[in-house]
Amino acid sequence: MLDSRIPPGDLSSKWSDFKSKVPLVSPANKQNLDIIIIGTGLAGASAASSLAEMGYNVKAFCFQDSPRRAHSIAAQGGINAAKNYQNDGDSVYRLFYDTIKGGDYRSREANVHRLAEVSTNIIDQCVAQGVPFAREYGGTLDNRSFGGVQVSRTFYARGQTGQQLLLGAYSALSRQISKGSVQMYNRHEMLDVVMIDGVARGIIARNLLTGQYERHFGHAVVLATGGYGNVFYLSTNAMGSNVTAAWKAYKKGAMFGNPCFTQIHPTCIPVSGDYQSKLTLMSESLRNDGRIWVPIKKGDTRDPKDIPEDERDYYLERRYPAFGNLVPRDIASRAAKERCDEGYGVGSTKMAVYLDFKDAISSLGEDTVRSRYGNLFQMYNKITGDDPYHTPMRIYPAVHYTMGGLWVDYNLMTSVPGLYSIGESNFSDHGANRLGASALMQGLADGYFVLPYTIGEFLSKDIRTERISTEDEHFVKAEKKARKRNETLLEIKGTKSVESLHRELGKIMWDNCGMSRNEKDLKNALVQIKDLKNSFWSDVFVPGSDNELNTELEKAGRVADFIELGELMIYDALDRNESCGGHFREEYQTEEGEAFRDDENYTYVSAWEFKGKDKEPKLHKEDLDYKEVTPTQRSYK
Amino acid sequence: MENFSIKLKVWRQKNNKTQGKFVDYDIDDLNEHMSFLEMLDVLNERLISSREEPIAFEHDCREGICGSCSMVINGKPHGPLKGTTTCQLHMYHFNDGDNITIEPWRAKSFPVIKDLVVDRTPFDRIIQSGGYISVNTGSAPDGNAIPISQEDALYAFDAAACIGCGACVAACKNASASLFVSAKISQLASLPQGQPERDKRVVAMVDQMEVEGFGHCTNTGACEAECPKEISQEYIRKMNWEYHRANIKG
Repeated sequence: MLDSRIPPGDLSSKWSDFKSKVPLVSPANKQNLDIIIIGTGLAGASAASSLAEMGYNVKAFCFQDSPRRAHSIAAQGGINAAKNYQNDGDSVYRLFYDTIKGGDYRSREANVHRLAEVSTNIIDQCVAQGVPFAREYGGTLDNRSFGGVQVSRTFYARGQTGQQLLLGAYSALSRQISKGSVQMYNRHEMLDVVMIDGVARGIIARNLLTGQYERHFGHAVVLATGGYGNVFYLSTNAMGSNVTAAWKAYKKGAMFGNPCFTQIHPTCIPVSGDYQSKLTLMSESLRNDGRIWVPIKKGDTRDPKDIPEDERDYYLERRYPAFGNLVPRDIASRAAKERCDEGYGVGSTKMAVYLDFKDAISSLGEDTVRSRYGNLFQMYNKITGDDPYHTPMRIYPAVHYTMGGLWVDYNLMTSVPGLYSIGESNFSDHGANRLGASALMQGLADGYFVLPYTIGEFLSKDIRTERISTEDEHFVKAEKKARKRNETLLEIKGTKSVESLHRELGKIMWDNCGMSRNEKDLKNALVQIKDLKNSFWSDVFVPGSDNELNTELEKAGRVADFIELGELMIYDALDRNESCGGHFREEYQTEEGEAFRDDENYTYVSAWEFKGKDKEPKLHKEDLDYKEVTPTQRSYK
Repeated sequence: MENFSIKLKVWRQKNNKTQGKFVDYDIDDLNEHMSFLEMLDVLNERLISSREEPIAFEHDCREGICGSCSMVINGKPHGPLKGTTTCQLHMYHFNDGDNITIEPWRAKSFPVIKDLVVDRTPFDRIIQSGGYISVNTGSAPDGNAIPISQEDALYAFDAAACIGCGACVAACKNASASLFVSAKISQLASLPQGQPERDKRVVAMVDQMEVEGFGHCTNTGACEAECPKEISQEYIRKMNWEYHRANIKG
């Protein structure tokens, strides 16, 4: 049932062979083919503009007031590419290898190799669009290092790389909107995929301003809807980031891949109170020059400035001398949790560690540090009131990214024909842990350079399919269902706010399916989630009506989907009796407390199939076949 | 400080067809570490529990970068703190017992949709009129084939830091969009990649700004003063220069 459709041949020639052989669609036929794209972040905006440039009719949707606000905008640190501009021995193979290893050997070789190959084109494309990357004095592009690698391959635009890349993609999208080849629907939320004869042929969307339900036909539907980190309530995701589109696709037969693989980012501003609505990331790039430590003495409450060098434990440098502060995210996060759980944490909550720039400032000077991280220091100062130039930052891990997502084949098509998933919303390239600066790379790779080719395989067979009227019964039925669901939410008129139920869900997920997991707690959480689901559908209160801007109604629909997703994540975490990447099962660790992977039994992608309401989902396994790389115990020591 | 109290005056408006008005709310259980938007979350939770409609306001990333938040706090777009979006403003900048007035952006070109939410699609249309470099996917030369001096790259970057929130329009007594438009024009005009369309771009974007009904710039500098990204008013001078240059050549 699961066919990953990986092309035959040598790893390094698969993609070029595929591109040479994939059927083309003639220009005359392209203009008769409609493609719907949901989401306008890096993946969605780059796909929409590229497909429109090729001649397809594109309809793009975003829930924000403008496509420029998608959450890709908040990525800070950078974007990887195997350019080897620094002459430090980088290559496509090394980027491929680092990504496979960083993902703890749970991703597909062929997809990752393709990602590494197209990475260089992305930089060229973005430069041509006018993205103002950081430059050397001679005018060439500058690079920095990121966690999990020993070369300098990360391109950046101060601490606002995501913003600049997104604005580049947004400008390309805007150009196509002005030409009429993309029809843009701002403030629209996708509420369902419409299936006709087993193929995705359109969507039901709700205009968030008027509450009107709309039916849109497409020969193909592309979901570029980002990750689902907000299932934990507190995360670094934007408030509106949600799983709804992907979840509707799952319920229409698209399998969900590795849902329990979530990334906890090691350097975020710690939680300060129970009113907190979101967490703020401090870019991983800070670990280039910042040193992480806790006091050697438990419960040391002295001002960090008064703690002498020999009473500080630079625990990452101590445990992982080869990579030091630049170990991958999963490892850095767990190490911080371990120190805090043991009682060495700092700050008022004791759930924080120091990220200190004292040494960098004394060796590089405050000006250099300011030029590298000025805006991040400023952001930290605004939120905490502390000045990181003079006192170390306090940081703690937080939910940041989801490696899991809709299962896709090599063409980025889900298990539903005609339905694609790109960027963070798919599961494809990062295995069990994503390396820093690789999310931007994957989003733009999928949108600019992969999907525009691979979608041809499906659409070339579809050139005779006439546009289907949205009066078709499948559209009518799907709209009725979406409408009914919102009516139900409004009619419950219970006592609990959507926000409070979302917080409850977040607590269940963070406590039991967060940075470390065990069978007992997971099983317990499954019961708690079922109770929460009942409580939601019997006691939620959603004010207002369906025919106006109603942000509570929007949130209610999203939280209802998050609750169901939470349940699936727990099933997945329970199935995987091993530790790998972001998935750490307490029962499976080495004597030194490192993740203990079980390659013999778990070298597979978990792809979950929806079997109906209140029924257990069915697990399908896609075996991962490592031909090029030999999985080893991941070591950064 | 915990449990400090404030008195809010918030603009409530059901939709763009009805009149709006200020409504008073007292909150007395605030924590100084809350962000301004978290303070509104607390108020909204209270309104919901008493079966009232929560205050609609725009927000998304809450990290000061998406440009969604759009409220005028005590007469200043994004509030009292310089170089800061509303979502990055924390309650420790206020005092116990403060009166705080919250309004939406006020500009003819940004009509109110509901409460504090306004329509900023004119900004999208201005970018669509020419705020891009026409390069199709796949046709780009090697990134290092176009050397750009650090100085030019920084100049372009500082302009590109604009988040498109519209505070410049809200701050301007003429509701001019000049800071927003000039930032994009300056970014692209200062880079070699932007040269081929340099003249066409500035004329198209300035014309579109007029079509959208934004006012003229009279150099009061309010935009720069209130811009959360501290975009320099210098870019407006650059835009004017670019516009005249294009017309003289034209």
